Amino acid sequence: MDQLLQTLNAILNSAISPQTAALAIAAIGLNIHFGYTGLLNLGQAGFMLIGAYGFAISIIGGLPIILAIIIALVAALIFALILGIPTLKLRGDYLAIVTLSAAEIVRMIGRSSILTDITGGSNGLTGNQYRSPFTSLSFFGDGHITVGPWSYDATGSNGWWFIATAWFVVGVLCLFVWAIMRSPWGRVLRGIREDEDAVRSLGKNVYSYKMQALILGGVIGAVAGIVYILPASLQADSMGRSMTYFIFTALLLGGAATVFGPVLGAIVFFAIRLFVQGIAGQFIPSSIMNGQQTEQFAWIIIGITLMLVVIFRPQGILGNKKELSFDVK
Amino acid sequence: MIMLVMVAIVTMVTLGSSSARADTTPGPVGTAATTCASDATTGCLQGTIKLPNGDPAVGIKLEIKGGDLDTTIATGDDGKWSQAITVAGPYTITVDTSSIPDGAVLDSATKNPATVTGALNKNVGYVFKVVGGTTAADGTTTQTPGTDTGTGITFDRFLQQFASGIRLGLLLALAAVGLSLIFGTTGLSNFAHGEQVTLGGLLAYLFANVLGLNLILAAVISVVICAATGYFQDALIWKPLRRRGLGTTQLMIVTIGLSIALQYSYQYFLGASTVRIDRANPVTVDLGPITLSAQSLISMGIAVIVIALVGWVLVKTRVGRATRAVSDNPALAAASGIDVDRIIRLVWTSATALAGLSGVLLGLVLNGVNWQTGLQLLLLMFAAITLGGLGTAFGALAGAMIIGLVVELTNLVLPGDFKYATALLILILVLLVRPQGIFGRRERIG
Amino acid sequence: MSSDMIAPGADDDTTRAGTTTLSHGMTAAGAAAKASVAGVAAVPGVSKPDPILTVDHVIRRFGGMTAVDVGHLEVQRGIITALIGPNGAGKTTFFNLITGFDKPSSAPRLIGGPKAGEAAKSTFNGRDVGNTGATKVAKMGMVRTFQLTKALSKLTVIENMRLGAKDQPGENLFVSVLKPLWVKRELEITAKAEELLARFKLLDKKDDMAGSLSGGQKKLLEMARALMSDPVMIMLDEPMAGVNPALTQSLLGHIQSLRDEGMTVLFVEHDMNMVRHISDWVVVMAEGKVVAEGPASTVMNDPAVIDAYLGAHHNTDLGDDSLLTDEVAEELAAEVQNEALTEGETKA
Repeated sequence: MDQLLQTLNAILNSAISPQTAALAIAAIGLNIHFGYTGLLNLGQAGFMLIGAYGFAISIIGGLPIILAIIIALVAALIFALILGIPTLKLRGDYLAIVTLSAAEIVRMIGRSSILTDITGGSNGLTGNQYRSPFTSLSFFGDGHITVGPWSYDATGSNGWWFIATAWFVVGVLCLFVWAIMRSPWGRVLRGIREDEDAVRSLGKNVYSYKMQALILGGVIGAVAGIVYILPASLQADSMGRSMTYFIFTALLLGGAATVFGPVLGAIVFFAIRLFVQGIAGQFIPSSIMNGQQTEQFAWIIIGITLMLVVIFRPQGILGNKKELSFDVK
Repeated sequence: MIMLVMVAIVTMVTLGSSSARADTTPGPVGTAATTCASDATTGCLQGTIKLPNGDPAVGIKLEIKGGDLDTTIATGDDGKWSQAITVAGPYTITVDTSSIPDGAVLDSATKNPATVTGALNKNVGYVFKVVGGTTAADGTTTQTPGTDTGTGITFDRFLQQFASGIRLGLLLALAAVGLSLIFGTTGLSNFAHGEQVTLGGLLAYLFANVLGLNLILAAVISVVICAATGYFQDALIWKPLRRRGLGTTQLMIVTIGLSIALQYSYQYFLGASTVRIDRANPVTVDLGPITLSAQSLISMGIAVIVIALVGWVLVKTRVGRATRAVSDNPALAAASGIDVDRIIRLVWTSATALAGLSGVLLGLVLNGVNWQTGLQLLLLMFAAITLGGLGTAFGALAGAMIIGLVVELTNLVLPGDFKYATALLILILVLLVRPQGIFGRRERIG
Repeated sequence: MSSDMIAPGADDDTTRAGTTTLSHGMTAAGAAAKASVAGVAAVPGVSKPDPILTVDHVIRRFGGMTAVDVGHLEVQRGIITALIGPNGAGKTTFFNLITGFDKPSSAPRLIGGPKAGEAAKSTFNGRDVGNTGATKVAKMGMVRTFQLTKALSKLTVIENMRLGAKDQPGENLFVSVLKPLWVKRELEITAKAEELLARFKLLDKKDDMAGSLSGGQKKLLEMARALMSDPVMIMLDEPMAGVNPALTQSLLGHIQSLRDEGMTVLFVEHDMNMVRHISDWVVVMAEGKVVAEGPASTVMNDPAVIDAYLGAHHNTDLGDDSLLTDEVAEELAAEVQNEALTEGETKA
């Protein structure tokens, strides 16, 4: 029973943690790519990494936080241009392979020993190297606040200030996505997702729209990177290919091409993991499955969940099957 | 553009600072006992300890702690020591001073214990300097020679890396041809193909090392089991899903899910550490300036034969022609009486068998396998088949050779961190100029 | 009356044709259209009095095969021109080349291109479109439809229509965020869309997903959507393929009314009987080349045309309208689908 409560508690904590918010933001960005436009971006973690490095390095270099954020977003914009120019005129698989590769390149460069002075190499950068300008913006005071089942420091890392900001960003982005996707702009994207040639025949510049979508989703990915590292540290390997896969899993769980799908998906993603881990930890004797193995077991379940969702409920929890266009050309 | 500039800067920085770095790559050695080769999933800590008279210091014990390691190793007959690591991070190396022969001590300038930062995919060297006398009186010596040549370009080094490139290319091709055939016949980009490679290596470890079977027998059994996984995968997953009418994107994401599940399954059963298929120290063979282990040479031979066989089947046999017909146009192939489902089943079976073989050979050549051996390779496979032209089996072979060479030759000018990055960068640049790949047909790119 | 001079017996045919008969009187616009090309000689590549589209040296090769090789072709403004030919004649490829969806192999290049004067060149409405992409071509007023309908099936019918409209400021990302900035234009567009839908008898389907429409309704939707941008010239790729005979008739009627409103229509069809009654001019392609052009009746008696068709439909009688039974139409549609499938495969 204790363990059950513990599991429940862990799930509740993860549901509002800034890391969950970061995953949700990354999934919102990917939703613009994949859900609405049909762009198969397999390098969303690369955009996160670009944003994270852009932000952290700028802060460490002594720039004000606003400028650091702008640099991070512009870096992601340039990254999107670099990826989009050679691939957006080609078939979808090429974008997939190039984004996947480029994200890996970013990670490899980030963790390379040559750049240790700037990026911290494979050890990365610790949070307190870049966190303080953000912490000092807090108007939450120094105390300890308890809301319902949640109890955190007001401002300290992983505290309410981080949580509130992260979810505020999530909220703003949801509103933004809702606004642009109900607009004629969003309509063009949905048209492209289904049939580029049809949209082209109507005089819309498909290439330009795809590029806009790629940039927008990528820049949101960079925001996710910043949110992700603020309460934690920046390590290149934590934003590798697995991260992209997890973002995809979250997005598809919640429902691609829906406004709240990515958010719900991110929460459910962590909940499933913790739930499986907790249950396995409690009910399966450790002689059969030790602590480490319960964690791996949870990941196996995540992988299988992704398979099952895509096969049996490709529209996810919130999606509408009639509107989902899954195939990318 | 920016990436180009970055790489250029990085190149300059590296060349400029190469002499100041402690990284070493084993140069051509005679009868070396160096058994560690770094790749994407392993790194090496290594060094040479010499006696004050220049002779190798044999049998000096070093304790290495860090990552998931806590081990003691000893220098070999040539004074070299090396330790493969699978986790990047700081390692503490302590020399057991009592194992140093009489009349020599550790230089006082040498830290003991020393802390080095190990990284995957590179060789990190550390020099323990041994000086004469019973005290560390002589502190004015220069560094032990022979460890600073890490990134210098010599013709010999070029040849050595070239040979390694061919080796990687061949093993990559084994896996990539299968991936390409699956893509060609079903339109599916199989993201779980890397895990098939890992499976081959891990099974070989299981049979050869854990169960103690003869290596060749173990390899054969592994490949057969891998083939069976392909057969049943198609029977139980892919064929029903094709019937269900899932699109290729949907199927691709299913393979991502499968890939995640398999990776963690491997970790679940075997942990995150690297396991070695063959525990014996490999015998090395000198071919002029090129030194390769006997296992490498045999593996390359096997790869060449198998690839040639696959090529022969594709070109000369009925089944091969049918496979290519299905790749070209499944509807037409079906209309002309080819049993498309049977061909696809066959492609899955042989593709996973080839991947498994590649995994076994990689495990032997690279000194071990772990849960992410294939994962690291997957991108290179994709790069190879894209470079060669999506869906063309022969393009995959050529692409794999190019990627293999690029990866290994990059080591000449850039540190190991960048060897995969350059391969992927070249892929992106090629796409800019020739999107259909080197052997692809223009019409295929949409 | 002038129509009798150009196409003697056309009216007789129409009467005999039964299901495909267009029970309309010859409109004034129709008569004018026929008159505008009355004096033009029926030889391939002939110049027209007022060409809206001129194409020169358009060659497209796939591997070793030459799919299209058109030396010179002009399309007269304001009339219905039918582009016909047996399966595999290169009609759709030619269409793709004109509309910027494909690039001629003979396109001028910086290095290594064809000799000056032999490079592909096309002019639309007085402007060079030789090297123009599909988007720009459409923006210039040449809008096309597709052989396999590209109704966006997961958008509603009305959304499909709205997507066809021009000048919606809300299609700009920065404007799109604020609804007040684009809502006025959206209302105008919607009104126009509903008007067109009413005309094409799709209004009661406006909130349905386009995917739920029948094949013929999708064709109609695609045509209506193309009209949303007020095109100067509309290019229809096999508008009758896969459409049931009842709808075929209404489709043909719509095509004529487009012309009567002053639009230029160029449409691809592989069956001559489908086109003879409504086209003012017929261009025949075979094996990638224009083998004949002229008024329908002239062209149908042209030995080159009969040759071209005999190759493909050796057991069918060209002039017999009874061919147009459902069965044959379906068969033709199936052929078209197959052809498209094959083309799709090679592309994919």
